[in-house]
Amino acid sequence: MTSLAKALPGSVDADGHAGAAVDVGAVDPVDVLHKAHARPSPAARLSDSAPALMWWGSLSVRVVMTSLVGSVVVLLLGGFLLLQQASIGLRQGKVTSVVAEASAALDFIEQSFRNAAPGQATTADTLTKVASEAVQRGAVAQYQVVVEGPVSDIRSAGVDVASVPDSLRDQARQAAAGTREPELFITETEVRYLDGRPPVPGLVVAATATASGSIRYPVYFVFPMTQEAETLAILQRALITTGLVVLLALAATAYGVSRQVSVPVREARQAAERLASGDLSERMPVRGRDDLARLAVSMNLMASELQGRIRELEELSRLQQRFVSDVSHELRTPLTTIRLAADLLYESRDTFPALEQRSAVLMRRELDRFEGLLGDLLEISRFDAGAAVLTVDDVNVAELVRNEVESLAALAQTSETEIRIHSEADEYAEVDARRVSRVVRNLVTNAIEHGEAKPIDIYVVGDDTAVAITVRDHGIGFKPEEVALVFGRFWRADPARSRVVGGTGLGLAIAQEDIHLHHGRISAWGMPGQGARFRIVLPRHHGDGLEGLGDDRMEVIA
Amino acid sequence: MGDPTARKNRILIVDDDASLAEMLQLVLRQEGFETVWCATGDAAVKVFRDSGPDLVLLDLMLPGLNGVDVCRRIRAESGVPIVMLTAKSDTGDVVDGLEAGADDYVPKPFKPRELVARIWTRLRRPPSESDAESIRIGDVVVNVAAHQVRRSGQVIPLTPLEFDLLLALARKPNQVFSREKLLEEVWGYRHAADTRLVNVHVQRLRSKIENDPEKPEIVVTVRGIGYKAGDFAG
Repeated sequence: MTSLAKALPGSVDADGHAGAAVDVGAVDPVDVLHKAHARPSPAARLSDSAPALMWWGSLSVRVVMTSLVGSVVVLLLGGFLLLQQASIGLRQGKVTSVVAEASAALDFIEQSFRNAAPGQATTADTLTKVASEAVQRGAVAQYQVVVEGPVSDIRSAGVDVASVPDSLRDQARQAAAGTREPELFITETEVRYLDGRPPVPGLVVAATATASGSIRYPVYFVFPMTQEAETLAILQRALITTGLVVLLALAATAYGVSRQVSVPVREARQAAERLASGDLSERMPVRGRDDLARLAVSMNLMASELQGRIRELEELSRLQQRFVSDVSHELRTPLTTIRLAADLLYESRDTFPALEQRSAVLMRRELDRFEGLLGDLLEISRFDAGAAVLTVDDVNVAELVRNEVESLAALAQTSETEIRIHSEADEYAEVDARRVSRVVRNLVTNAIEHGEAKPIDIYVVGDDTAVAITVRDHGIGFKPEEVALVFGRFWRADPARSRVVGGTGLGLAIAQEDIHLHHGRISAWGMPGQGARFRIVLPRHHGDGLEGLGDDRMEVIA
Repeated sequence: MGDPTARKNRILIVDDDASLAEMLQLVLRQEGFETVWCATGDAAVKVFRDSGPDLVLLDLMLPGLNGVDVCRRIRAESGVPIVMLTAKSDTGDVVDGLEAGADDYVPKPFKPRELVARIWTRLRRPPSESDAESIRIGDVVVNVAAHQVRRSGQVIPLTPLEFDLLLALARKPNQVFSREKLLEEVWGYRHAADTRLVNVHVQRLRSKIENDPEKPEIVVTVRGIGYKAGDFAG
């Protein structure tokens, strides 16, 4: 059976989709192209990872994150500027006070020199004495003094002379030697201690103290900026604390704001989803007069319009069904009377003259056709109105096919057609026996009619999910481009060809509707001179679709 | 069919269409039936009582009381065969009629021969057995000669169709009957017909003879195939 299916060119199902069998494993360039197209968009790809999932998953997360990042940048920049301004201000203040202090100290030292030995050359003793006084004075005012003597430095207790940078010493020495204008040099330094205290930032002021005899000694005043550093640290802590609080508050505000937007948007989405799922009475609450409120108003308007339109259509559909039902009743009753009368006349036609006899025959034959046409038309109308209902039973499809073929035995015999049924096992499926019988009857009748007395093969096979019936004739067939047309209403393969059986031209259209009602599939293949093949695939369980069943699967199981 | 000296079978036609009713009467009289015609649903039950027909042909769409209600009222007082004439063979109507107690239906338009065949099937009584045959299924006893069914000694009133259905199953207790087979045996359909006939009447039969119609023991469903008589061999 598989080989037969493979030997046949690709079929086209009733919806016109080409369904050629595809070799599994072969790399098809079209397939590759298809995959390339199927590559997800950048946004979709991003959303694969977990953080991105959070980012794209919630509007609130996006708003909160964005505003957090923004405010962190603003706070960092602001804090930095504030600290910088503060430290510059503090430093300038310190410099001013340091200069004043140093000048006063310098005056004091020079005064001391003058007092110690007026008019005499300064001795080492005097220097030591003056320096000690200066150191004492410095200890009270919280600064250290280093006086550079000819032999060694005289300094405040505990302070490391390395606290005075060498560049400053050079400047002071040059000033002392007279190669440089005597002035105050100020520089920043790290104040180090000999007693193990941690170094602190500070300022060093270098000056030259003029002793008697116009000897100049370089004097350094070391001002630790402990106070200022503490002030800056306090400011820094305050800034960080305030920043964190502001950040939290901002995040909360952003979250609140985003919720104000996202909650109505979410409501709108849920309302739209409920609308889409058919709950047409769904409406959104309208609050205020902003854009969101207008969105809600528009949504509600749309829902009302939709509801109205659908009610209208439902009403039309109901009217249509009612009309069909009425036409059915109204036409059928007089037709029955005509039928009874015609048959009565037909039965006694032997007693009629030739003319009336022939009339009776023609009338009865055309009544049959009329009845068939009326029946098919009403059936089609029922499908169109969506009023067709399945009556599902667990049916042995193989047996159903056998029964239908048996009931068509007389017709097959008249046209000398052999019908071969190939079915290996019983195939049960939950189907509407009446409808499936009708489809099979139709397909087999068509095959006999167009089969030119060549054998007809019928295959019934099934797998776990579906049962397929294939009817293959070897008659006149039809052109491949007509495949999509055969299920059309009143379509005829060859209008010039006389019809033996005299179908209504609606048979395949009804078959298609019947099969679709089962969520099954019907497909056709034909080739002029080689015959035609019709295949129906029905899900075994009512309500199941054939989604998992590609055309290639159909080829395999049939 | 029957003894020519016996009285003719009388058929009550309930149909509001005068032409069809007249035509039906012509056809049926030609076939040797006696006919009575009633045009409205309201009068149908009274005409039924007055004329005592052997079979009722009932149009489902009637002015006044509709066909389904007429069917239910006639069935409430008699087991006489009722054959519906339906213009609409859509699920709803037919099942409503069958559930109201109609034995069979003929969709319009029908051929005279079809109708007559349906009528004869319903009028045909199974040939009486000379021996007083009686068949047991559990505590249900089918007395063939007397056309009577008893459960625990109590007579259960069955319509002739329900009796035929039960008898068909009871006579071959080991055989599983497909719906198609039952349609052929009980309703006389040669070719595939509406299996709803079987489903509805099996339900009606069960509601009368089963202790618990939800868990049938006398008429058992065989999934995917059909029905069989309950197995009480043990």
